[in-house]
Amino acid sequence: MSTTNSVILTIENVSKRFGGLLALDKVNLSVKEGEIFGIIGPNGAGKTTLFNVINGVYPPTEGRVKFRGEDVTGLQPFDMSKRGLARTFQVVRPLSELTVRENVTVGACFGREHLPLEKAEKVADEVLEYVGLAERKEMLASKLNVAQKKRLEMARALAARPILLLLDEVLAGLNPHEVADMLGVVRKIRDQGITILMIEHLMHAVMNLSDRVFVLDYGAQIAEGTPQEVSNHPKVIEAYLGDPKVAQRFLEGAA
Amino acid sequence: MKTLSSPFIWIILVVVGGASLLPILTNSVSLREDMFLMLMLVILASSINIIMGYTGYVSFGHIVFFGLGGYLAFFLMKEFQVQFMLAALVGGAGASLIAFFIGIPVLRLRGAYFALATIGINEAFRSFFTNFDLFGGAVGMFFNFSVYDAYGGAKNAGQLAYYAMVVLALVTIGTSFVIKKSKFGLGLMAIREDQDASMVLGIDPARLKVLTYTISAFFPAVAGALFFFKNGLIEPGPAFELHRSIEALVMVMLGGYGTVTGPIVGAVVYERLRGFLITDPTLSNAHLVIAGVLLLLIVLFVTAGVIGWVRQRVPALRRYLE
Repeated sequence: MSTTNSVILTIENVSKRFGGLLALDKVNLSVKEGEIFGIIGPNGAGKTTLFNVINGVYPPTEGRVKFRGEDVTGLQPFDMSKRGLARTFQVVRPLSELTVRENVTVGACFGREHLPLEKAEKVADEVLEYVGLAERKEMLASKLNVAQKKRLEMARALAARPILLLLDEVLAGLNPHEVADMLGVVRKIRDQGITILMIEHLMHAVMNLSDRVFVLDYGAQIAEGTPQEVSNHPKVIEAYLGDPKVAQRFLEGAA
Repeated sequence: MKTLSSPFIWIILVVVGGASLLPILTNSVSLREDMFLMLMLVILASSINIIMGYTGYVSFGHIVFFGLGGYLAFFLMKEFQVQFMLAALVGGAGASLIAFFIGIPVLRLRGAYFALATIGINEAFRSFFTNFDLFGGAVGMFFNFSVYDAYGGAKNAGQLAYYAMVVLALVTIGTSFVIKKSKFGLGLMAIREDQDASMVLGIDPARLKVLTYTISAFFPAVAGALFFFKNGLIEPGPAFELHRSIEALVMVMLGGYGTVTGPIVGAVVYERLRGFLITDPTLSNAHLVIAGVLLLLIVLFVTAGVIGWVRQRVPALRRYLE
């Protein structure tokens, strides 16, 4: 599906250690422009840690992160935001006492384009329309339900006009109907030319959506490739068999 | 600027400005004294609101800037006969500069740690001025009456200080409004709601917070300069009086933190209440107790304060009532 082959994000030998815990162990990956790249792995595999390292929430213990040809290892999250990286949080983090529109305006104001307030408000309105929150824009963010908060996360990230979007479990906690809606939104975003790196537990979704999939287990990379290749990989099946239900879903989804 | 075309801010400024004219029109000195104090509290509460209400950093010892501005300006006026308005502005700028350098390390602290640190800073400056003879030590400094000659006598000087305080109050309220409505202000509120999320959204919290702290130090410092100029005497005790800081916090909470009008309403209501309590023979010693109970009640039941409560109850007003 990828339109071009130029690499947009490279992770080189990245390790992250928290005291005695090795959360990431020499991870290597490269994301190409225009693709949807899925990251999967059992709970505690280090997926969100990987996002935090890419995003600048904390620096890697070892290794380099390169974004669009530039070494960005150890830069702060707000520096990354200016370079065109946006992300959503696994546990939603709305700015509760601000309205939905203000939340999204923050994204537009301080994102890649650093828009002045009035232009940012226009962008916010467009994006809210796009994710289907336009009618709720004057509500306080705290009053939204979970599905709406997930959309708000998405809207806020999109308003920054990112080049690369990190989605951390945007489907978790949604009902099947909401999942279908959200998948539509994700596809639309990719069709706009935004590269997407997503962590997802919902196997059928990640398998259907991703161009390539990367599997982490105990901080180490155990497989990488197309959804087909990955789902037949013996190590992946082994890693997931620890949780039979997930393994079952995994196999069904890939079939 | 689009922000200043909002009718809301002009209504507020006209109301405050109009009220400030009353003592002049009625030629009442006691009313003028009341208004002088009231405006000073409005300035103090509004400034604290910028760092506390917008940014979420409870600056308990904010009164330190009132004292610093007062001391700097007083020293300039006394030793170098600097004109009082110039001295007040220099005092404000000096306090802002100090806030800038204090803010860089201290604003790394969050929550209760920051609040405690600001109290420590206030106490440290109080000790410094108490023990440093250049600024008069524990007895402070006082003017020779001849200082007021340049302004046509003490009476006239009092009048001039009043006008300056009115202008300062209007500028403070205007600044508070412009910040709230700006991109800068939006960034501050994002920090208040979730600092880590705000960083991911592209905000550099350290830079914005230090700038905010610097701005919020300026107005109380100028107010301090005007207050002590009119007073003719400055001592470490009244200059760095922690309970005045706490009262200002009560005003912000009472009126509604994070709103432009809240601190004004809070300051007026609280000061009226205090005036009433102090003149009442049985309650006069208990006014701080009542302030404490009031704060407790607000925090427990009306967290948003008067203005915040109205905004919650009447959504239609939200657009107009900031």
